[in-house]
Amino acid sequence: MTAHNPASPPFRNPVIRWVDYRLPVFTFMRDHLGDYQTPKNLSYMWNFGSLAGIALVVMILTGIFLAMHYQPNVNGAFASVERIMRDVNYGWLIRYLHMNGASMFFLVVYLHTFRGLYYGSYKAPREVLWMLGVLILFTMMPTAFLGYVLVWGQQSFWAATVITSMVTAVPFVGEPIVEWLWGGFAVDNPTLNRFFALHYLMPFVIVGIIAIHLWALHMHRSNNPTGVEPKGPEDTIAFHPYFTVKDLLGVAAFLIVYLGFVFFAPNFFTEPDNYIPADPLVTPHQIVPEWYLLPFYTVLRAIPHKLTGVIAMVAAIAILFLMPWLDRSPVKSARFRPLYRMFFWIFLLDCLILGYLGAQTAEEPYVTAGQIATFYYFAHFLIIVPAVSRFEKTKPVPESISVDVAAREGRRPRRGVGTKKKEEVA
Amino acid sequence: MVNVNSATLAGAEPSDSREREKTGGEGTRRDFLLLAATAVGAVGAGLAAWPFISSMRPAADTLAEATLEVDLSPIETGQAITVVWRKKPVFIRHRTADEIQKAESQNVAELRDPQPDSERVKKPEWLVMIGICTHLGCIPLGQQPNDPTGNYGGWFCPCHGSHYDESGRIRQGPAPRNLAIPQYEFIDDTTIRLG
Ligand code: HEM
Ligand code: FES
Repeated sequence: MTAHNPASPPFRNPVIRWVDYRLPVFTFMRDHLGDYQTPKNLSYMWNFGSLAGIALVVMILTGIFLAMHYQPNVNGAFASVERIMRDVNYGWLIRYLHMNGASMFFLVVYLHTFRGLYYGSYKAPREVLWMLGVLILFTMMPTAFLGYVLVWGQQSFWAATVITSMVTAVPFVGEPIVEWLWGGFAVDNPTLNRFFALHYLMPFVIVGIIAIHLWALHMHRSNNPTGVEPKGPEDTIAFHPYFTVKDLLGVAAFLIVYLGFVFFAPNFFTEPDNYIPADPLVTPHQIVPEWYLLPFYTVLRAIPHKLTGVIAMVAAIAILFLMPWLDRSPVKSARFRPLYRMFFWIFLLDCLILGYLGAQTAEEPYVTAGQIATFYYFAHFLIIVPAVSRFEKTKPVPESISVDVAAREGRRPRRGVGTKKKEEVA
Repeated sequence: MVNVNSATLAGAEPSDSREREKTGGEGTRRDFLLLAATAVGAVGAGLAAWPFISSMRPAADTLAEATLEVDLSPIETGQAITVVWRKKPVFIRHRTADEIQKAESQNVAELRDPQPDSERVKKPEWLVMIGICTHLGCIPLGQQPNDPTGNYGGWFCPCHGSHYDESGRIRQGPAPRNLAIPQYEFIDDTTIRLG
């Protein structure tokens, strides 16, 4: 365990030693995957980060294999996707993995984000880590949208038209910008070509941001359910084997859910309309984005002014950047913040309502409900969180992680002793 | 995946060696679990990789195009045609009695790739071969009436100078093998099916 004993023993394998002296990859892996000290009380809510990473790797892998068969051309795109489904060996599997993988990716990233909101993981000294996470979320959305367009079905085409047309809300230069985006006077072949190029690129941009996200994470390490920073060796355990095993168990559970959809309900998340080839002259009866974009779609529709609607939609995500400064409470974890905890759950409910409303037609009572839910969404950040953090009476925070763990297990804390023993018992 | 790798890396846990001492140097339960988990993980990764590898093989629609029927009746004696089968040129030559006689009388033992003419044809007057030089893949000349036919009266590859005889056997130049014979059969007297 390096953190306790900085002079960790040299590697036994001479080849590893030779390489490591010249390029310390093995030391790096040991310090960041092996002996890396982690709060010992992390719950399963801390699994979603590694799951998001795995989802991203799966997306890149399946995506690259899809790209080997996909044709980014208006005359061939739809047919090439159908060819993947019918003729390419296991093409159906690879496409369904990619399609449902996008939903799983968003699912785990949303859970990861709400986890952060609940336990105050955005607070000092993790503000930059948090903001990088929001940036990842911001980058995932256009990535998924671009991919959805590639299929070149009816939903693809009209989603592309609607989303790109948002740019026309910009005064004066809106029109020229949207023509620049399209590379023409409507969504057409040039649009599809550049969307493919960008859909291939963006996941690697996300990989880059994740690398920095992890760098920031390893600077001050994980938050934990108490929100109290580790105070000594009795509060932490090594990442390996404790969290490698815990993360792997999470992976197994994740795969059961993910593959359950892939094999038993592969079209659960999609619109049947997208199996109709794109027709630039017929708009489907209803354009619905994928579920993970629905809450933001409601925000867009709630505001009856074009430019303001678009700004509000972007702001709905961007406001997360400000969370570290909107919440002034010195206590991190909602476990010790009864009022914040209550509002957290109401906020989560509000997000679900926004999502539900996004899938409804644009008529009453859904429009008014969408406006109320949108108002509440912003009020949570701009009014409730700052007010609560000022006036809330928090519960006493435990002295340290191990004190809390011991109290919950109904025994006296062990101090100073390596945590090793205890974990072997557990 | 990362996790599995690090599992092998950081196997040297202090408690592990202590446990090992207790069991008198034998493997511990942890060793067993680690090995079993790694083995199952490796098998799983292999199985998961298979669909991806398989997806790069020729797809069903590609395979569906893989047979071709050719009507030989319009080809006069001494004429040759080239058809495309599986994206490859196939040479079909209606040989003259003179060509057949030369091809059959050749002493097989002195050839680089010994093969009697009878092994290369189904009917002596019809020579059907894949028109790809066995050296590095160029298409030999000799199909058109005024093409060079090389020193052995068959085909000549312009890329690096391989000479093939009336049976498409390699006689001179860098190519190692005779021109390949595709899989085909006569479905009636004047029609063949490739593939
Ligand atoms: C952040 C990771 C990624 C996300 C969230 C994502 C998302 C999506 C989505 C939602 C679709 C539409 C699925 C459908 O309805 O069929 C799609 C399609 C596609 N994606 Fe990705 N993708 C990612 C990474 C990649 C990568 C790295 C490639 C590599 C080139 C790729 C290539 C493709 C192709 C070729 C299609 C069209 C074929 C199809 O729809 O099955 N994707 N993507
Ligand atoms: S490719 Fe024909 S001689 Fe080299």
